[in-house]
Amino acid sequence: MTANLADPAVTPEELRRPADGPPEPRAARWRWPLTPKMFIVAGVAAAIGYLALVPLGYLIWGTFFDAQGLDLGSFERAYGDGRMGELWGNSLAFAGGAALLSITVGTTLAYLNVRTAVPFKALFFAASIVPLIVPGILYTVSWIFLASPQIGLLNAFLEPILGTAPFNIFTIWGMIWVEGLHSSPIVFLLMVAAFRSMDPSLEESALMSGATRLQTLRKVTLPLVRPALLSSILVILITSLESFEVPALLGLQNGIYVFTSRIYFVLRSYPQDLGAAGALAVSLLAVAVIGVAVTRLLAGKGSKTYQTVTGKGFRPRPLDLGKWKPVVGVGILFYFFVTVVGPLLVLLYAALLPFYQAPSWEAISSFTLDNFAQVFEMNSAARALKNSLILGIGAATIVMGLMAIAAWISVRSTIPGRGIVEQLSFVPLVIPGIVLGLSISFVYLRFPLPIYGTILILLIAYCTKYMPYGMRYASTSMTQISSELEESAMVSGASWWTTFRRVLLPLLSPGITAGFIYILVVSFRELSSSILLYSPGNEVLSILIWEQFENGSFNVLAAIGVLMVLALMFMVTVAYKLGAKVGLRED
Amino acid sequence: MLRIDNLVKSFGGEKSRGKKKTASSAAVFAVNNVSFEVKEGELFTLLGPSGCGKTTTLRSIAGLEKPDSGTISVGDRVMFSSTGRGRTVNMPANKRGLGMVFQSYAIWPHMTVFDNVAFPLQVRERSDRPSKKVIAEKVERVLATMQLSEQSGRQATKLSGGQQQRLALARALVIEPPLLLLDEPLSNLDAKLRESLRYELKRLQRELGITSVYVTHDQVEALALSTQIAVMERGGVVQLGKPRDIYEQPANKFVAEFIGTSNFIPGTVASQRAGRHCVETSNGILYLESASQLPVGSEVVVSIRPEAVELSTTARGEQVANEWQGTVVTRAFLGDAVDHVVAVGEHEVRARVNPSVSIESGTSVYLQLDPSKISLVPVN
Repeated sequence: MTANLADPAVTPEELRRPADGPPEPRAARWRWPLTPKMFIVAGVAAAIGYLALVPLGYLIWGTFFDAQGLDLGSFERAYGDGRMGELWGNSLAFAGGAALLSITVGTTLAYLNVRTAVPFKALFFAASIVPLIVPGILYTVSWIFLASPQIGLLNAFLEPILGTAPFNIFTIWGMIWVEGLHSSPIVFLLMVAAFRSMDPSLEESALMSGATRLQTLRKVTLPLVRPALLSSILVILITSLESFEVPALLGLQNGIYVFTSRIYFVLRSYPQDLGAAGALAVSLLAVAVIGVAVTRLLAGKGSKTYQTVTGKGFRPRPLDLGKWKPVVGVGILFYFFVTVVGPLLVLLYAALLPFYQAPSWEAISSFTLDNFAQVFEMNSAARALKNSLILGIGAATIVMGLMAIAAWISVRSTIPGRGIVEQLSFVPLVIPGIVLGLSISFVYLRFPLPIYGTILILLIAYCTKYMPYGMRYASTSMTQISSELEESAMVSGASWWTTFRRVLLPLLSPGITAGFIYILVVSFRELSSSILLYSPGNEVLSILIWEQFENGSFNVLAAIGVLMVLALMFMVTVAYKLGAKVGLRED
Repeated sequence: MLRIDNLVKSFGGEKSRGKKKTASSAAVFAVNNVSFEVKEGELFTLLGPSGCGKTTTLRSIAGLEKPDSGTISVGDRVMFSSTGRGRTVNMPANKRGLGMVFQSYAIWPHMTVFDNVAFPLQVRERSDRPSKKVIAEKVERVLATMQLSEQSGRQATKLSGGQQQRLALARALVIEPPLLLLDEPLSNLDAKLRESLRYELKRLQRELGITSVYVTHDQVEALALSTQIAVMERGGVVQLGKPRDIYEQPANKFVAEFIGTSNFIPGTVASQRAGRHCVETSNGILYLESASQLPVGSEVVVSIRPEAVELSTTARGEQVANEWQGTVVTRAFLGDAVDHVVAVGEHEVRARVNPSVSIESGTSVYLQLDPSKISLVPVN
């Protein structure tokens, strides 16, 4: 087997040396720092660093310093009213409750969907994905329509029976309910990716060892997906802490403040106190940092043992549910009605009415399409749709592209300081949307290029905001690809970039597609940053809805909502079909 | 063909390296000063327990691990050269042009069988890349050699274990590498398949004449396959030689224990002439031949392979050399042999004998030890 010794390309001229002679290393050939790999890696790291640190710098500078120097007065103004304990209590109860609800629901759904022969699979996927594509503001408004003590339909139905209105959405429980249900699809998507990449024989071997289904779930399945589970918990805790729409629409009425709604409240009051808002944000930041630290500590143990996707092929085989099949089926139908049919029907119902009222023959006979006609006559509606599309696709593409490489840097490379890249990409997680919007507007007010007041500033905000989620999706997938798959490509002669493109990217594609869909969809419903960054002409759909809510035109809002939900459903369907094709094939 | 000189690789010492050389004593040496040479067409095996540095050595040859110092060259190409300071040559893995079969096979699950094999040719630099037609021809040829032609268009993950192994081999061989690296390629398979593939692998390697480095912890595999074996322990090569030499003349107790089973009896050299040793043990005098020629009075350990012991219920004679008396403690029928454990004085000696001999426990027996099959293991 000496054929390729005579092959000049496989034996580069510069590395020849006389046979039997001592090896003569030549330093002139030592030029790896200038390879394309290094340019790409350095470029990605720099972009992440810029996006993550610049707004944070402005936030901290603005909170602690004023023209005279260090100033802690902002903290006094933020916390001076003696309701500090209540603010903390509400925030933690809200975030913890919502996380508990959504993790339980989302993980169960993901497991059933991927690993069992569950009935209504198609319906079921829609059920778990639909709450995600209904923007938070619409979802919250729907639940106001359903469970408000005054106009809620559920209360209208049950009051004659129970004698009292059983539901009040304007409480902390109502907030947890809406936020938890609305977040469960995020958990669902994360956990589906994890369950899908798990070798079923790991579970089967537990069953063969004599473990019951439940024991298998507890001792094998859940520990194996622990990294994904922990990252889901982290994501949900922090999205709930930073959630703006639910606390703003449900909590402010009865004075139930969490950090975000308090920040908004402080910013909305006159005179605007940026320092106090920043002080609140810094506390929120501290909580989030602790959360991240704890999760990393827990997930750090034995992270290597979680490479559950190996080069050996496996065929996913769904478990038979047996006698539980009807029970699970009914449960899924119930979930579908509570989270999807109810909120969507009530939205459609409101969109068809000239003014909101309890259902009756009178109400049904007054159905009209006037609200929709009004929407189509609005110039701003078409423009908002276009802006939302550009921003969603742009942000999803940029973020997943950057994060695929960033995940490689942090998970696989041995480059010094690789940990910093990952940490930087998670920094925006701790910046609440509303504060991010504020910081970014400050940055670009002083920026020499004309970015302020254009759609670009929204794109920058969206890329920054969704960078952590992109990183989660990309790095979760990356840790589950055995490094031997990459090494074998290198040994086969592929350059780093070719290996990345032809081996890693296709294997990452289920995770990347999931991340892309997620970013596309959440950027459609983004409100808390946009509300401070948009300028006339650059409105996005969520801003349009917010304006209708402020104006009190609920029925036009419902009409926009119905159209938006239809558009999003269409997009997710297309993306899912696309994603299913590029992902690992299933039997 | 492959030459490795003074290879050193440590883990965990990176932090201290910036400060001072002496501070790196905390580092763990995965490979410590390993040198060997593999000749053209050989199948060279790195054998040892887990953590002995065999895989690190292989990965250093592949270019997947960067050694601290040493030289690795394949033919007349220097793959790696570093004296620990100053200039370093470190050819990246993708420029080395070697073939490698990974433990998990690392079959890319998103490609077909054909695409997996074509990949190493497709990723060559444009100037050096064969045309599509040539690639197809080469891939078909290597798939035919591996008897995978019919699976060519199938998804790679749909193959059976043995087929996956052949696919991994096909992918490694398609570029006709000067050197093939195999990282425990049989450890993922069931015993029966492992045995048949072991011979298959040997046949292919000998037929193609491809120089190979094989890593395994399975001594039976190493003995069956290799032309040369390097036994490694704690980062170093403890013995290097032909399978038969290593089995029959283990360099130390570790090798003797790791390769097969052995009885170890301590003793003292009573006399020695031209390699013919007479060793005094607590059980009696043993005559044996050894190339080591130890001086009279040396403390030694005698290694006796179980199959070097013959059992008999009658003595050959009184005070015959290399004949001990003992009592059978237990026995086990193995199909092709019967294992007896015999208590001799303070020692227990394991004897593996022809299945026609089976002696009940408690019986007094005589052990006859073949002097040519006993070896000396120096005490260090």
